[in-house]
Amino acid sequence: MQMKFTEEHEWLRVEDDVVVVGITNHAAEQLGDVVFVELPDEGATVSKDDEIVVIESVKAASDILAPLDGEIVEVNEAIVEEPAKVNEDPEGDAWFFKMKVEDLSALDDMMDAAAYKDFIG
Amino acid sequence: MDALKRTPLYELHQSLGAKMVPFAGYEMPVQYPLGVLKEHLHTREAAGLFDVSHMGQVILRGDDPEAVALALEALVPVSVAGLKEDRQRYALFTNDEGGIEDDLMIANRGDHLFLVVNAACKEADVARLRAGLEPKGVTVEYLEDRALLALQGPGAEAALAALNPAVREMRFMDVATVELAGAEAWVSRSGYTGEDGYEISVPETAAEELARALLDQAGVEPIGLGARDSLRLEAGLCLYGHDIDTTTTPVAASLPWAIQKVRRKGGDREGGFPGAEVVLAEFETGAATARVGLKPEGRAPMREGVALYESDAGGEPVGKVTSGGFGPTVGGPVAMGYVPAALSEPGTRVFGEVRGKRLPVEVVKLPFVTQTYKR
Repeated sequence: MQMKFTEEHEWLRVEDDVVVVGITNHAAEQLGDVVFVELPDEGATVSKDDEIVVIESVKAASDILAPLDGEIVEVNEAIVEEPAKVNEDPEGDAWFFKMKVEDLSALDDMMDAAAYKDFIG
Repeated sequence: MDALKRTPLYELHQSLGAKMVPFAGYEMPVQYPLGVLKEHLHTREAAGLFDVSHMGQVILRGDDPEAVALALEALVPVSVAGLKEDRQRYALFTNDEGGIEDDLMIANRGDHLFLVVNAACKEADVARLRAGLEPKGVTVEYLEDRALLALQGPGAEAALAALNPAVREMRFMDVATVELAGAEAWVSRSGYTGEDGYEISVPETAAEELARALLDQAGVEPIGLGARDSLRLEAGLCLYGHDIDTTTTPVAASLPWAIQKVRRKGGDREGGFPGAEVVLAEFETGAATARVGLKPEGRAPMREGVALYESDAGGEPVGKVTSGGFGPTVGGPVAMGYVPAALSEPGTRVFGEVRGKRLPVEVVKLPFVTQTYKR
């Protein structure tokens, strides 16, 4: 399935029955060098728009919101150990978390790559 | 709002791909394409060129240089009359309550004193100098037609010496007039990174040529204000308006070394500066608070404004972080801030509240990195 994007500059990709979430190249570029990442606990139940990730760059701290209701099934410890990975490969290896969601149809309303490109201008 | 001013290097910054931000009334480069982290590391490993032309440059003159020095001593708690020719010294403007109005550098350039003050304070500083010194026959000349560059890092000496080998002879805090790229430059061996390096004042018309000549040297990269801030934080150096301000005294700010013995109690030129009573008493009684280095034990940066607590739960804040972030050379979070004197011993553990969580922080000696000045 192709990637979907949120207005919060997250990308989502469905792999098997879970949704993989990360931040976009554009977001990583805007943040600058990432120096700290705090991820939610595996097994946590989250609601859409909960602040579940803290990401700090050399410049400032930002939150990342849960894009959907669901359960966190896996987090990427590699980016906690080495936050610089977020700048190196934000739309690939440096995914943030995987979540199980009840209703995958919510992704249908999200932007595709072309729409996101227009959104960031 | 007034339009933002530009330094003589504005076009050079643009051509180098700098990201410009408003700072103290100027459009300044916060970073170049290299990015804050790599700019910081590059400066510590090779050499970085900074545009600090937004800072204020002032000349004080009078018929008798010693009278000028003594007149300035009425505004700053440091020994100006004891500053030898071709030497520079760190100084503070104090207020009647003993608070700090600005920090600055004073250089003795023979027949005049040369001052460098902070950009955000320069108008107030010039007014303070005029009010305090002109009645004593001192001329206060605010130089608006000179640029200021800083070249910092272990490669700074070789890079600047390629333009004029005379700078090799300078020691930390020496000042000299040398010709650089065809212009008369006023050079000091000093800086704001903890590294060896130079600050260079040149006529604004010569600034770009000099900057390009330095950038042409092997290992010299342009460095923005972002890295300047993390470099000075690791070096334990204060940022005015954050780590020191009108409410912090020199002793509380852990800057007693800036006040030479001759200006302290029992000294030949004791007191005689604004707030002297408060400031000098604190040398005996100690200050209630102290500026300290703070090393968060975890990975989370603790930024300016983070409240500090004595314990991991309950109680009122006992202090706060005044500068903090990620230290690229340290490889982790670093901060400084104020704590009660009783909690200021290195090794003391306090707690900073970040996003509602109390995280442990160790009080540490400053600086975080070893200064490499050429003494």
